[in-house]
Amino acid sequence: MTMLLRTLTFCAALGAAELAAAAELSLAANTTGKNVNFMREQLDLFEKRTGHKVSLVTMPPSSSEQFSQYRLWLAAGNKDVDVYQTDVIWAPQLADQFIDLTDAAKDVVGDHFQSIIRSQTVNGKLVALPIFTDAPALYYRKDLLEKYGKTPPKTWSELAATAMEIQEKERAAGQTDLWGFVFQANAYEGLTCNALEWIKSSGGGQIVEPDGTISVNNERAAAAIEGAKAWIGTIAPQGVLAYQEEEARGVWQTGNAVFMRNWPYAYALGNGEDSAVKGRFDVMPLPTASAGEEPSSTLGGWNLAVSKYSDDQEAAIELVKFLASREVQKQRAVQLSQLPTIAALYDDPDVAAAQPFMPNWKPIFESAVPRPSAATKVKYNEVSSKFWSAVHNTLSGNGTAAENLELLEIELTELKGDSW
Amino acid sequence: MTDLTVADPATALASRRHINSDLRAQRVRSAWVFLAPTLLVLALVAGWPLVRTIYFSLTNASLTNLAGAEFIGFDNYLTWITLKSGRTIYRGLLADPAWWNAVWNTLKFTLISVSVETVLGLVVALVLNAHFPGRGLVRAAILIPWAIPTIVSAKMWAWMLNDQFGILNDILLGLGLIGQKVAWTANPDTAMVAVLIVDVWKTTPFMALLILAGLQMVPGDIYEAAKIDGIHPVKVFWRLTLPLIRPALMVAVIFRMLDALRIFDLIYVLTPNNAQTKTMSVLARENLFDFDKFAYGAAASTMLFLIIAGITVLYMWFGRVNFEGER
Repeated sequence: MTMLLRTLTFCAALGAAELAAAAELSLAANTTGKNVNFMREQLDLFEKRTGHKVSLVTMPPSSSEQFSQYRLWLAAGNKDVDVYQTDVIWAPQLADQFIDLTDAAKDVVGDHFQSIIRSQTVNGKLVALPIFTDAPALYYRKDLLEKYGKTPPKTWSELAATAMEIQEKERAAGQTDLWGFVFQANAYEGLTCNALEWIKSSGGGQIVEPDGTISVNNERAAAAIEGAKAWIGTIAPQGVLAYQEEEARGVWQTGNAVFMRNWPYAYALGNGEDSAVKGRFDVMPLPTASAGEEPSSTLGGWNLAVSKYSDDQEAAIELVKFLASREVQKQRAVQLSQLPTIAALYDDPDVAAAQPFMPNWKPIFESAVPRPSAATKVKYNEVSSKFWSAVHNTLSGNGTAAENLELLEIELTELKGDSW
Repeated sequence: MTDLTVADPATALASRRHINSDLRAQRVRSAWVFLAPTLLVLALVAGWPLVRTIYFSLTNASLTNLAGAEFIGFDNYLTWITLKSGRTIYRGLLADPAWWNAVWNTLKFTLISVSVETVLGLVVALVLNAHFPGRGLVRAAILIPWAIPTIVSAKMWAWMLNDQFGILNDILLGLGLIGQKVAWTANPDTAMVAVLIVDVWKTTPFMALLILAGLQMVPGDIYEAAKIDGIHPVKVFWRLTLPLIRPALMVAVIFRMLDALRIFDLIYVLTPNNAQTKTMSVLARENLFDFDKFAYGAAASTMLFLIIAGITVLYMWFGRVNFEGER
């Protein structure tokens, strides 16, 4: 009898201990493409293993909107969200609101690419752990290029010529909705990425250099933007001026574009069962201004950070480490074609089998160009907004590139003041 | 006893007056007691945020450090420095071309949308006021655009206006009205038109509803009299209907105007960041949350409040509106 009682007490105590350890977490994450389902599956796995409960707070697809929502929550000291999925550029702006992960992650940081870990480290504080990295590619229609005996373009002008020719011939053949090239030129963060690629690959600098110098007002940059302007209405629909990633993918995946500039996530989706371009396309590095130059892709990528207002920081760190782990990153690469941040995964045979393009991607994002968020610190959003406005104005015919960049230089100088 | 009551009528009057004023004071007191909760709630939900916004607009507050805000006077509104060369540089909201662009966009949007909505709303209300079979059904149906949340209808319209897949381009192309697909929300020339189309679609039912309420207050015998006198219906409209529904019309216009001046959701969904459609509210939000300029955004919000208040006062002054419905 006493034995039974003792066992019962023991069991009850065990149950109570487990109950106390089980935390209820919330994760705010963006929801492009198949991300939501994948995230939910991984969270279910995490719940099963640890006994914690995780709810997913879905965020808008536009990263600019997501950022302002985060800023609002964090400024209010919101306890409802424990873990935030953050863009690679946000670390300097939100560093104060997240906890330092240096100690918690010291056993795993060595596996990740150091350039990415550095981008998430602000004044010696590891703000977030990377879960995947991103560098956009040029998607091209293998079948159409073969049909007209074209090779994948190495330079922007080659791209424009090929796109024009295929578009004209295909339209004459009855494909009236076909366009040569789609990209993202809505006035938002994505346009900053696109335009930075045009400028950087033409030798026009990277808007604000790492030392803080404002370099954007130069002839090469102006020529690059004018070059892009010439695409609109000829090889690209005028609607690109309102396109973000998903709108461009919409035109592409219905088989209505020869080329598309987009992030790797579109690869898996483009090969999905419902895709009109399944098995008919391939990807390659973005073109450059003249042959032989290094291609420039904007460094993207997403990370997980733990809010300093969270009540369950221990459990939240556990979740972050799980989602950033080799195991989950591998699944992410295989299922969603998102680039791992763990170097060893690029040599993994399963990853290479599922995403044949991926091993070739390593050099591309290793040389990827970062947006000037480290140099411009908390003012980055405003710099980016002024830059994309100048570019959007030029593309929509509101002033020439030279005029708008000159004006932009004045605005940025004023914004900079004594220092960033 | 009788002596006492009759003897001094003056005293009696005075005491009655005394009772009266007592009663009055009591009534005033209980009125305040009954009003107090409302006033308190108003002060909490409307007054306090307004005061905070005005306060922040006079500081250098940043969203990450609201507590550490320092008072800097009117520098967010206007400040100037004179350079060594003698040139004076103006800074602040009132010297910001982006702000004045937003003000101009907002006024343009308000003027056009409210005018079109008033005329269309009046037409719809006149139709709905007439007797015809199925009137109840039509009245309910016409309210649907107003009943759909703006975010939903804006997203819906964004797809309908989409350049490649949009139904609007498809219809116009089919009818031969346009030669090629128009990028409605992307093109700087049509972005404002797109926003206006959606706003008119959405809020005309609201105007129609308010005007219809006014129309139903007009007694039917006036029309019968006019009919007997053989007055032309157009004249009846201008000389009878319009003057009689004027108070309702004025109130409807003022509601719509206040709404239009602070337009945000529709533009935020349909054409965010587009300089041709950026309104005061959109600009204020951008500074408050996207940029690290909370105080500047607060200044923009304060100016927005002052502009709306100013326009409302002017409108009521010129329109001599009073809410009791008399002139």
